[in-house]
Amino acid sequence: MSFIVDYYNYWIVVFLMMAGFYIVISATNLVKKVVGLNIFQTSVFMMYITMGKVSGGSAPIVAEGITSYSNPLPHVLILTAIVVGVATTAVGLALIVRIKRAYGTVEENEFEDKEDLI
Amino acid sequence: MAEFIDLVLLGMLAITALGVIILKDLFAVVMLFGIYSFLSALIFVNLDAVDVAFTEAAVGAGISTVLMLGTLALTGRKEKVGSHTSWLPLVVVVITGGALIYGTLDMPAFGDPNNPIHQHVAPRYIEESPKEVGLPNMVTSVLASYRAFDTLGETAVVFAAAIGVLSLLGLPKPDRRAVESGLKSHLVLRVVAKLIIPLTILFALYVQFHGDYGPGGGFQAGVIAAAAVILYALVFGLPLATHVVQPTWLKVLAALGVLIYAGTGVASLFLGGSFLDYNVLASDPVAGQHIGIIVIELGVGITVFAAMLSIFYAFAGQAEGKNIQ
Repeated sequence: MSFIVDYYNYWIVVFLMMAGFYIVISATNLVKKVVGLNIFQTSVFMMYITMGKVSGGSAPIVAEGITSYSNPLPHVLILTAIVVGVATTAVGLALIVRIKRAYGTVEENEFEDKEDLI
Repeated sequence: MAEFIDLVLLGMLAITALGVIILKDLFAVVMLFGIYSFLSALIFVNLDAVDVAFTEAAVGAGISTVLMLGTLALTGRKEKVGSHTSWLPLVVVVITGGALIYGTLDMPAFGDPNNPIHQHVAPRYIEESPKEVGLPNMVTSVLASYRAFDTLGETAVVFAAAIGVLSLLGLPKPDRRAVESGLKSHLVLRVVAKLIIPLTILFALYVQFHGDYGPGGGFQAGVIAAAAVILYALVFGLPLATHVVQPTWLKVLAALGVLIYAGTGVASLFLGGSFLDYNVLASDPVAGQHIGIIVIELGVGITVFAAMLSIFYAFAGQAEGKNIQ
């Protein structure tokens, strides 16, 4: 049982990462690809936060009567990564909007035919 | 008990991810992704990362979902069934996943206080930061003081992303002959929105200035304040919103936030310290740290607010333009 509890978080992280990866390589719709990328990204966040956790620890805010805190460093890295992540997602979505305007489609497999027309 | 909650929430997260793979209706996919973000936020709380949870709930479930829906409004909500062979990606994913699972067996056990990650800089942050920086919230101390240079970079990335979106899509022009838009017929939504928007802005200010003591800070506050204006734009229409918070101000504000941040660094240079060393900002090092952190968090808050809102304006302007045509 302890073996499962020790590694369960990492296994879910791998599962989510692979789910995101699968969407990115198999989906033809660009919006869905962006969702896949975001799931991939969140799995990395989950891994960092999992590593920062200390059993029996508390949130890293000083309070009386608490001696054990979780590691604040992964929290800082991931906090900024989330905001940067949404900003870069927005750039990706903006590119998709422009692609739709230029080619009339956001389905990846429809571009090849359209390119021949141009 | 915490382990049990962890097991259940992570399981739900995995099921949500499967749902995203299976569903072909992109509207449902985006909604599921919102649920996915909320679940992630719950897991972050359970793993003691309260600041991260706060950010994920505001950004992942709030702003991302709105932006994705805005994109769907322009690109259509149905995913076409692809002619791709579906077994090749599956094989690649299963092999990669198997290798990674094998790799996790070498990872240190979850939650063990003796893990290598807890041995190097973390003890210093946990033991010294309340004395050196004088703030109870260690995440804010590390974010805004020890790793301030890193955070300056992140703020600049948010600013750059906003510029990228604006150069791709452009900001909507403030329109005098405002077209009737928004949810005019939804009386309940309009009344509730009017009640909620001022409270949201108040809460954003609280998060901004209380971030030194509790969870929160410039990143979260900026996103929450932007969410208040986005709610206004959704309910009362984009033309009114651009009238209240003008797009041209946002361009100035986004740059101003980064300038405030970098300016604090330059000020500490001139006062004889190194770049972003707040100890020299006041006669007492701890007071100097406090001033420095409040100022740079303000810079971060302003930039994130302006960047998020101008990104939303850019998307909403596109959708509005499409509706008029």
